[in-house]
Amino acid sequence: MMAEDIANTPASAAAAGGGSGIDLQALLRDTDVQGVLDQLDRELIGLKPVKRRIREIASFLLVSKARKQLGLEAAPPSLHMCFTGNPGTGKTTVATRMADILHRLGYVRKGHLVTVTRDDLVGQYIGHTAPKTKEILKRAMGGVLFIDEAYYLYRPENERDYGQEAIEILLQAMENHRDDLVVILAGYKDRMDTFFKANAGMASRIAHHIDFPDYDEAELLAIAQLMLEQMNYHLDDDGQVAMRDYIARRIRQPNFANARSIRNALDRARLRQASRLFSSERIVDADMLSALSAEDLRASRVFQDATDGPHDKGDGR
Amino acid sequence: MRLTQGAFSFLPDLSDDEIRAQVDYGLERGWAWAIETTDDPHPRNTYWEMWGTPMFGLKDGAAVLYELEACRKGHADQYIRLCAFDSTRGVESIRLAFIVNRPAEEPGFALQRQDGSGRSIRYGLKPYSADRPQGMRYRE
Repeated sequence: MMAEDIANTPASAAAAGGGSGIDLQALLRDTDVQGVLDQLDRELIGLKPVKRRIREIASFLLVSKARKQLGLEAAPPSLHMCFTGNPGTGKTTVATRMADILHRLGYVRKGHLVTVTRDDLVGQYIGHTAPKTKEILKRAMGGVLFIDEAYYLYRPENERDYGQEAIEILLQAMENHRDDLVVILAGYKDRMDTFFKANAGMASRIAHHIDFPDYDEAELLAIAQLMLEQMNYHLDDDGQVAMRDYIARRIRQPNFANARSIRNALDRARLRQASRLFSSERIVDADMLSALSAEDLRASRVFQDATDGPHDKGDGR
Repeated sequence: MRLTQGAFSFLPDLSDDEIRAQVDYGLERGWAWAIETTDDPHPRNTYWEMWGTPMFGLKDGAAVLYELEACRKGHADQYIRLCAFDSTRGVESIRLAFIVNRPAEEPGFALQRQDGSGRSIRYGLKPYSADRPQGMRYRE
């Protein structure tokens, strides 16, 4: 499907160039971007708008590559991106894949991902920030710099905050070292918008904004199953039902962090399964060792809260 | 007199692309690059000034060139060399070092003779540039 998408756009670009044509299909095959996109489809559940945007970006980059070969493209496209969305919606995972795509298309030379937060960039005292930020920039060169919760860099309440200095150095690098590094900012949507309002320079240098939606219940269940599969566990029949109930309750509770909450719930369930198996004092087989049952999940605090009548109503539904 | 120390010193000065190729070669082998400067060209002067700390954990040569560019701005009139440190157990030493920047004028060395007891003579080398204090050598 992707192959057709990409194939349709380029025909016109090649025609505009006149003369010798470039086979975009061949370009796609050579770079093996399709492989990464397929992997993205396989490993990431849901996130339709994100996948669509990444395809768009991938085909855009492929076309610019073709245009460059025909001498139509003067400046390389701006590649800095902004990923917004709630916690646990897969921003870091997608950033890793993005680095891979950019590497295969030849827009970054090494394709590694350096993940940082405010602490890694901003120093403790005067003169500490610049070397620290530059150190990180140097490490990220040839790859992708992923700044998680980027809005913490800007603290308007403290005008002497060193974050501003880090932002300025970042801006300079984003402009002057475009060939060397791609910056991806990530964080909550609303805070990111405020951050961009206060830092117009940053906003104007970011070409691609991708919004990560929250997962719905069916997607979360599929994610849980995929995670368990990767760890060689599975839910038994009662466990499936319990997991669905768990998600339905957990999703309405505060501090719900999408896939991350699911991962944590599964980790705790594995803990309970281990102690259940241990206390049963029976001989265990492979199936018992890998099956999570309803009681492992139903022991969760999420269910206990819900059974308390008055609590349930108070629980911000 | 052209100073010949380190690797490639009998070749013409390396271009930035050639430097970059050497840097990438080192990074591929997991060496950490460091930038050092001096204005004392004496061959026994092995301790050059460090420009920043050695750069561990880099993936791409662009970062070294970026740092080298910054160093050249501050020390255009001095010798600058790149050193590759190999941290492999049993090596733990500099594997490759070469000069990437030199002063416009290199006055060379004076041969100094010292009469010893009897008719023996001791020889020494002194860079002409070392007549002036450190940091002011090679300045116009």
